[in-house]
Amino acid sequence: MKFVHYLEKISGVDIYALSSFSIFFIFFIAMTLWAWKADKNMINEINQLPLNN
Amino acid sequence: MQVEKFYYDNKIVKMFAYASVLWGVVGMLAGLLIAVQIYLPGANFNLPFTTFGRVRPIHTNAVIFAFVGNGIFMGVYYSLQRLCKARMFNDTLSKIHFWVWQLIIVAAALTLALGYTSGKEYAELEWPIDIVITLVWVVFGINMFGTILKRRESHLYVAIWFYIATWVTVAMLHIVNSFEIPFSFMKSYSWYAGVQDALIQWWYGHNAVAFFLTTPYLGMMYYFLPKAANRPVYSYRLSIVHFWALIFIYIWAGPHHLLYTALPDWAQSLGTVFSIMLIAPSWGGMLNGLFTLRGAWDKVREEPVLKFLVVAVTCYGMATFEGPMLSIKSVNAITHFTDWTIAHVHVGALGWNGFMTFGVLYYLIPKMFNTPLYSKKLATNHFWIGTIGIVLYAIPMYWAGFTQAEMWKQFTEEGTLKYQFLETVTHIIPMYITRSVGGAIYISGVFIMVYNLYKTVKAGNFVADEAAEAPALPKVAETHGKQYWHRWIEARPIQMLVLSLVCVAVGGILEIVPTFLVKENIPTIASVKPYTPLELQGRDIYIREGCYLCHSQMIRPFRDEVVRYGEYSKAGEFVYDHPFQWGSKRTGPDLAREGGKNPDSWHFMHMLNPRNTSDKSIMPNYPWLYSNDLDIAITPAKIRAMQTLGVPYPAGYDAQANADLQAQAKKIADGLTNDDQIKKLASVSEEIDLKNIQKKEIIALIAYLQRIGTDIKGEKKPTTASLP
Repeated sequence: MKFVHYLEKISGVDIYALSSFSIFFIFFIAMTLWAWKADKNMINEINQLPLNN
Repeated sequence: MQVEKFYYDNKIVKMFAYASVLWGVVGMLAGLLIAVQIYLPGANFNLPFTTFGRVRPIHTNAVIFAFVGNGIFMGVYYSLQRLCKARMFNDTLSKIHFWVWQLIIVAAALTLALGYTSGKEYAELEWPIDIVITLVWVVFGINMFGTILKRRESHLYVAIWFYIATWVTVAMLHIVNSFEIPFSFMKSYSWYAGVQDALIQWWYGHNAVAFFLTTPYLGMMYYFLPKAANRPVYSYRLSIVHFWALIFIYIWAGPHHLLYTALPDWAQSLGTVFSIMLIAPSWGGMLNGLFTLRGAWDKVREEPVLKFLVVAVTCYGMATFEGPMLSIKSVNAITHFTDWTIAHVHVGALGWNGFMTFGVLYYLIPKMFNTPLYSKKLATNHFWIGTIGIVLYAIPMYWAGFTQAEMWKQFTEEGTLKYQFLETVTHIIPMYITRSVGGAIYISGVFIMVYNLYKTVKAGNFVADEAAEAPALPKVAETHGKQYWHRWIEARPIQMLVLSLVCVAVGGILEIVPTFLVKENIPTIASVKPYTPLELQGRDIYIREGCYLCHSQMIRPFRDEVVRYGEYSKAGEFVYDHPFQWGSKRTGPDLAREGGKNPDSWHFMHMLNPRNTSDKSIMPNYPWLYSNDLDIAITPAKIRAMQTLGVPYPAGYDAQANADLQAQAKKIADGLTNDDQIKKLASVSEEIDLKNIQKKEIIALIAYLQRIGTDIKGEKKPTTASLP
């Protein structure tokens, strides 16, 4: 496999960066909102897990 | 629900613990040796196996993969079983994992001492060992996932997500960075070259820090700190947020190792921006750890384990603030290539990794041997000695780094450089000495720990299989209050694995794929040609001896560097460099435009004993290059390998290569044998076989050194770098 130039131009490549960053950021915001609103009892139970044995 | 009885496997934990301690001592002693060699070149002992260039990778591989590596497995095998309420999936896999890992370490020590190195930092091990590493990592993965899948606790505690992310990311990093083409049983060339190789290397290298030195230890922190303090972690919500942020952002930070180099500017900017963003999730982890101790700080006064863990987490916080600061271009312009970087590394390594490992050892050895720690007082002494060691290590290195950078950049009133490079080295020798004292103090603390743990083991009764009981998982998962997304993924470790992989792959793909747009990112320079066979052989000797560990080959576009070293380095100059050799440190001067600066005779005298030409040089002697015959039988294989990688040697050139090699070697040798200075030197040096010098390795190395950076010397300066 010789080194072939898979992509010829760099212009317009930022669409990939932008879209993946948006995907992650939206996921991140959604996750943060969930974490904010999660059930307190469940959170406390998970916190105790290492101490349960 | 029926309660099931089972046993935790402590034997495997004990084995990893002992291995971690053993290799920790070995690796740190290697570190002490190289620290001393820097100011006492005689401590290289004139032998190839003990020279700085070979021992330094032994040190880094030992402390990272042997000391921390076994430490990771010790912590994972202990905590995973208890968090899953299940014994490790398969005892045989556990044993295979352990013994193959130690075998890799021994193979590493031997091969690195013999000079079999890929020339890429923290990935020096050659291709056969790379394959074994992949296989043992798969074994570890099967064992770990098998355990998770047969768990009796449906929730996946945060520590386990960190272990999952570690496993998948290290697999990705190792495989991608290790693409190499073998040309002999123990040697290969990097698939990548020049700028692309640099980017892959530091995408790998920085994420080795992230996913080998950080994420598994964060997982361990999330288990052992609550256990030792007997309090739950401060905020589970915070742990979720910072976990995902950390593993996504960390991957992009790699280019911060390449600021102001020939890496394309957009990639450098991405590296800087993401490195700064990384402060948030990193400090999320630190704060989560420290706040866990709210209301329990009096325990820290009593318990050495907590002392170690608290300082570890604090050093983690310091290092993860300093790192982003060093990633800012204006700061990096000063710190890159200096000892400041070394200071930064060791705050993290000695403080975070070292102290966390010690804290965990002091916690679980007594637990597994069912006896209290032999001496809390000794452990506390270890703590203070270790802390002093870290301080005496880091502060001289900060001082040295700042001093070097300042001295390199100083101009006189008339506009010439104020200091010769060698002056900047001799000036910081006192700091190097102090640093080695700090390191020695740190190791003496480790010896205290070895004694303390030994006495504990002797006084205790080992619990090889620790009884436990728990109900099996119900068929239908229980729900808690409101259903939620993270709960969904916590119950599904495979999905967690896949999503983590997607998360970490994104950053790499986005930075790496566009950099392979050779046309625009690496403007072709017509005058840059492949190395001649003799120069290629010489380059491989340069790599073998680890020259890149002290000498950079990357002139940055700063006035002081251009005046000192020559025209700044262009991306197109490195297209045939498999692997790249830009270096990370200037213990010695940059060599990017070394070609033609000194006559062959200068190099001949310098490599034999650098003090022949440079008074007070700290560089080791290389006498074996004058008696070793160059291995020319392997030249055709090297040429063919390079051709496969796309280097444009003419078809069939492998048959012709040795003839060209010997013609070039003869030319250099004739010049040397007719030189009076050389004849005089040869008459008093028994290492020099002047009659047969044409066949020796030194000729190849001189050919390479005289070639570096000369290709563009005839070129007209381009008006901009990016137009084709």
